[in-house]
Amino acid sequence: MSDIAKNPDRSFVRTENIPEAPPPISTAGVAGWMRANLFSSPANTALTLLTFYLLYLVVPPLFEWAFIDSLLEGESNKDCRGIEGACWVLIPKRFGQYIYGFYPEPERWRVNLTFILFCLNLLPVLSDRVPGRTFAALFLVFGFPIVAFVLLHGAFGLESVPTHKWGGLTLTLVFASVAILFSLPIGVLLALGRRSEMPVIRTICIAFIELWRSVPLITVLFMASFMLPLFTPEGVNANELLRALIGFIMFASAYMAEVVRGGLQALPKGQTEAAMALGLNYWKSMQLIILPQALKIVIPGIVNTFIALFKDTALVSIIGLFDLLLVARSAVTDPKWLGLEHESYIFAALIYFIFCFSMSRYSLWLERKLDTGHRN
Amino acid sequence: MAVDSQQAGARPSAASWWYDPKVRSVAFQVAFVLALIGLGAYLIHNTIINLEKRNIKTGFDFLFNPAGFEIPLTLIPYSVEAGSTHGAVFIVGLLNTLLISALGIVLATILGFILGVLRLSNNWLVSKLVGVYIESVRNVPLLLHFLFWHFAVFQSLPLVRKAIPIFDTVYIHNRGLTMPKPIPQPGFVVVLISFFVAIAAIAYLKKWARRRQDATGEQFPVFWASLGVLIGVPLLVSAATGFPLTWEYAELGRFRFTGGLEIQIELFASLAALTVYTSSFIAEIVRAGILAVSRGQREASYSLGVRPGPTLRLVIIPQALRVIVPPLVSQFLNLTKNSSLGIAIGYPDLFNVFGGISLNQTGQAIEIIAMCMVVYLTFSLLISLYMNWYNRRISLVER
Repeated sequence: MSDIAKNPDRSFVRTENIPEAPPPISTAGVAGWMRANLFSSPANTALTLLTFYLLYLVVPPLFEWAFIDSLLEGESNKDCRGIEGACWVLIPKRFGQYIYGFYPEPERWRVNLTFILFCLNLLPVLSDRVPGRTFAALFLVFGFPIVAFVLLHGAFGLESVPTHKWGGLTLTLVFASVAILFSLPIGVLLALGRRSEMPVIRTICIAFIELWRSVPLITVLFMASFMLPLFTPEGVNANELLRALIGFIMFASAYMAEVVRGGLQALPKGQTEAAMALGLNYWKSMQLIILPQALKIVIPGIVNTFIALFKDTALVSIIGLFDLLLVARSAVTDPKWLGLEHESYIFAALIYFIFCFSMSRYSLWLERKLDTGHRN
Repeated sequence: MAVDSQQAGARPSAASWWYDPKVRSVAFQVAFVLALIGLGAYLIHNTIINLEKRNIKTGFDFLFNPAGFEIPLTLIPYSVEAGSTHGAVFIVGLLNTLLISALGIVLATILGFILGVLRLSNNWLVSKLVGVYIESVRNVPLLLHFLFWHFAVFQSLPLVRKAIPIFDTVYIHNRGLTMPKPIPQPGFVVVLISFFVAIAAIAYLKKWARRRQDATGEQFPVFWASLGVLIGVPLLVSAATGFPLTWEYAELGRFRFTGGLEIQIELFASLAALTVYTSSFIAEIVRAGILAVSRGQREASYSLGVRPGPTLRLVIIPQALRVIVPPLVSQFLNLTKNSSLGIAIGYPDLFNVFGGISLNQTGQAIEIIAMCMVVYLTFSLLISLYMNWYNRRISLVER
């Protein structure tokens, strides 16, 4: 440096930085993005082109089938003659059944009201921007089921609607919510039992959990509908929905127990020991120290189990409960709607998808939100 | 301290025995077991009364009674005329469950690995597209997949008399697939034996190649050699015995095929549903497994001069497998359990033929459902034994 300063007759040397040049056009903007992500190598380019071709083959015809060449209004499958695309006619005609099953039409506002109340109740629980989370959660567990039962089943002057008239999405949602409501506390107890120091309790809990986890759900549901009536004393005849629910809750709580156990195992032993050192007894230390931390860790896992359970409720259609899937299935056995399997199943799949997908997005969001303070 | 405790020991009844954690724990466990036994006795009591009242027999004698129904897919000889029993139904169903599970596991693993790798592709379009596919498949109940494949896809294939021919030997129609039926001739056993001999030879070859590589560093093309042995040996043997396998071709009559082998549509529908659904889960497992291998491993391998292919094969995959295999195996178990959903479309698996039809005929719900549960329980125990063994074998040995 000093050499150059001493010799002014040397050729020109810049003393200040030249201004930053914009990035080359090939790495910035849309072109750059495409270059990096779609056409980075010959093989990649070929793959991109092939994918575009496949999309071209699939998407436009599918779009035409579903929206352009399709028919939305009509009386029966006779109207579908000459229609090349989807024939959605049965969806608007049977919409009520997809959602409410055989719930009497003048009483359907009760289902809607229950659903709206449920959503309002759920809002503070799911998001921390709405105040009153603790109260809402407590009400959701202890108060809301009673409200829902009164509204759906009828009491205090509301006309009684027996459970065999419930159906469609309503039944699916009721079934899933009740199963989730009961399986979580039972699952927590089972998980605690599995990690208990009492050998008898531990063995029984392990046997219970492993038994339910290793058999298919459909076996459990068959057991509930064929064997439960044999177990109950004479005269007591549990209704079909309740029987299926009992089986489903057993099954669900075993899965829940394993998720909760993951959380319990993730906690360092020091937490339990610290709680004991403070003089807390077992239940107090679980309630105040261990479970709040363990459950927080596994909330995403619990939500994932909810999704799996929600999908599994579809199996009750095999034992004859009139849930969303059975509605979709029996709608197309009606001679009026024969041959509309694609439309009916796609509609049902869409409803299931909306619920499951939003739950899984929520779980991802939660995972990101809860993933604080563990990295550093 | 020592003095204190001696003094404390001198007055044993100061704290009530009720506050001794050991006593409490024993008391609690005894009470729990007693309650459980009481509940069990109550249920058994009710059951006995109910069974007597409904005139349902108990015991496993029904297994030896003839079952009066046909099963469309049987891997062992079974027929109503020959008086096949409910016991035979059990075996047939079990084999069908194993068949669909084995096929499903192979196909779902292949498809799942492909999807998982594509999901990680650095091609944005491919990765996103596979992501959308996986999300839309796994957020729909499996039962709906079954119904969709069966009723909406396969049943809208052409009728039998308009079956789609492939080279005039295999026909696709809405009842299934008709193909030539293999008829083994006398010498066929020899070919079968040679096939197993070839497999044994490959196992030996692999061992030998490994030993040689350890000793001399020279590699041997095991894969191509094995493939050659696997195809070549049985082919040579069957040529020597004069090709002891003949085919009976199907003839299309007016409404149906005569001769040939018909594979029912239910098998394909179940297989498609199980494969598509499970592969979307396997894809996510594979993706997570590959992502779990740290970048440094790949970079280290490259800097040692190992090319991308061998890097993937020798460095990345073996480490990813450590993460992939446990959840993968539990997906296999799930697939096996899920194959019981075939009942919805009539695939004759264990639960459909035994837990469904046999149960309806005999009414012996307890025995039949217990037998089904024991079968699935056995699968699951075998799988967890295997998992424990595998985990012990591959767990990191740290110094």
